[in-house]
Amino acid sequence: MTESRNAPLLEVRGLTKHFPVRAGVIPRTVGHVHAVDGVSFTLHQGETLGLVGESGCGKSTVGKTLLRLEKPTHGTVLFQGRDISAMRFRELRELRRDVQIIFQDPFESLNARHTVGKILSEPFVIHRIGTTQERKERVAELLERVGIDRSAASRFPHEFSGGQRQRIGIARAIALRPKLIVCDEAVSALDVSVQSQVINLLLDLQREMHLALLFIAHDLAVVKHVSDQIAVMYLGKVVETRNSEDVYSSPKHPYTRALISAIPRPDPLHKGERVILEGDVPSPINPPSGCRFRTRCQFAQAKCEGETPPLEEVTGGGSVACHFWKEIENSQLKSVGA
Amino acid sequence: MPLLDVRDLSVAFDTDEGRVDVIDQVNLQLESGETLGVVGESGCGKSVTALAIMGLLPRPSGRITNGQIVLDNQDLLSKHLDERRRVRGRRISMIFQEPMTALNPVQRIGKQLVESVQLHRPDVGKDESLEECVKILEQVGISEPEQRLMDYPHQLSGGMRQRVMIAMALIHVPDILIADEPTTALDVTIQAQILELIAKLQQENGMAVIFITHDLAVIAELADRVSVMYAGRVVEQSTVTELFSAPLHPYTQGLLNSIPKLEGTPKTQLETIPGLVPSYDEMPSGCRFRNRCNHAQTLCGDRVPSLESESNTHHVACHYWGNLSERIQ
Repeated sequence: MTESRNAPLLEVRGLTKHFPVRAGVIPRTVGHVHAVDGVSFTLHQGETLGLVGESGCGKSTVGKTLLRLEKPTHGTVLFQGRDISAMRFRELRELRRDVQIIFQDPFESLNARHTVGKILSEPFVIHRIGTTQERKERVAELLERVGIDRSAASRFPHEFSGGQRQRIGIARAIALRPKLIVCDEAVSALDVSVQSQVINLLLDLQREMHLALLFIAHDLAVVKHVSDQIAVMYLGKVVETRNSEDVYSSPKHPYTRALISAIPRPDPLHKGERVILEGDVPSPINPPSGCRFRTRCQFAQAKCEGETPPLEEVTGGGSVACHFWKEIENSQLKSVGA
Repeated sequence: MPLLDVRDLSVAFDTDEGRVDVIDQVNLQLESGETLGVVGESGCGKSVTALAIMGLLPRPSGRITNGQIVLDNQDLLSKHLDERRRVRGRRISMIFQEPMTALNPVQRIGKQLVESVQLHRPDVGKDESLEECVKILEQVGISEPEQRLMDYPHQLSGGMRQRVMIAMALIHVPDILIADEPTTALDVTIQAQILELIAKLQQENGMAVIFITHDLAVIAELADRVSVMYAGRVVEQSTVTELFSAPLHPYTQGLLNSIPKLEGTPKTQLETIPGLVPSYDEMPSGCRFRNRCNHAQTLCGDRVPSLESESNTHHVACHYWGNLSERIQ
């Protein structure tokens, strides 16, 4: 992976997405949902960035803006050095050849009235690649690559199980040999025994095609298994970015700590100290001032209300956005609730 | 003698393609005060088992074709509908995965809670019922319960709605709570809150819990004993520690090996169980797992394996379980 160190494939700087909230008989904008607020990260070829956080933290919105399915409010997304928000129609089509997305429920993203063969040859048709015969051959190859019999081309999506449909979704995503795939909860709906098959397939394809993956999921064990780097999001902001081993072995941000301690372990003898967070995630329409996590943080101080903590570099790589992470680490700060 | 004893329970559904046997000779025992985990993948029949115990199978398509459900020495299935209705909610309650679909969206929380109070105690007045509702909402950790009674379900978050469901299930202090994937739709920090709440209430009320889930980690966390289901049958039954330290059935072993573990090395290949869960119209003969099993022999196709005992607490339905564990050691 030495060559990939040169220039990142994807560079996201200060990405912000606000959705207007409209209300009234004559609808007018009464506020904004702060879905994503100043998110930055880079992704190199062949690497996986895991994006974790609870529902509503903005992780899916980040994924969608990378394909410009959502237009960012502020900030830049550079794909191979080019800003995607400035792209016009032709360039966008090129972009979407290089960047693909896989969703949670493949049944909703596969046209129920088209055969699998037609669904999979569509990318070639859109990009005017190959003759009908060549496309047929490519579809058969794709199906075999994802572990489905080539005869499946003449069948319809409903004839397949969830795991097989997700394989078809993956086949479509890799059809044009993209450089980056956004996996938005791609394995979350699958049963354990099938989920591991699909994870293995994604890891294989990544190695073979030198793919970069943005892996968005709420299951932290799965995210850790597939990722090199992990970014933890809370209410539209990244609170911690570390390599995937470190996030789990020595989480720094109090939210990351709570999140990891909340994961049930498949081991009845595991006795970890559990931090139970009180209450729910606040509304992203009026996020708390300063540190957005402070309303649920057991260590919150006056400073947390007044000042937004910046992402600070951590020794050993990665960064964390908390005013007091060092004090918490050295147990110099007593929890307020205790 | 167990509090609840499900014996050889079979359930069939009538579909357009004919009769489908969804669960086949399922046995479950529940002791008072304990937590029984029922684990399995989608379509294994775990929810249908729960609905059958509750007497809530969809009619007319679903029916019990065999077996007994014995509560306090009495077979529920031999009882009249009215009597079963009295058991439901008072002795056995159930909570579901998606509280939004279990709560009435156009009625205030208070009205729905009062209704469940008065269902089994019609003599209780409205004010008294409301007082009880406030108390039970406090018990499940809902702040400002008086205000919440005025809310509609959509005004509450997912975690809050699940708390309301739990409150509703606990109004009559049941002996048994059946929880069907109650935390699957929730975020992990909220899941931790709800699991803690269920454990706390169980301690306070001394009720027994049947916890149905696909998540082995959740089972490890809270169950005392576990039943593993596959394709409509129980394939293994044991205490939670035995199941995780020495699983006997090849399916259980495969399942445990295929979960990504937090302690594992990132980006390594996971172990898998080959193939897919068979659909009900192409169920293999004999052992239903044999198509996906590395150890399958001809006997597996010829004869259905019955639950055999490895010890008093550990039972497994596999013809070759004895040889398997030797091979693993």
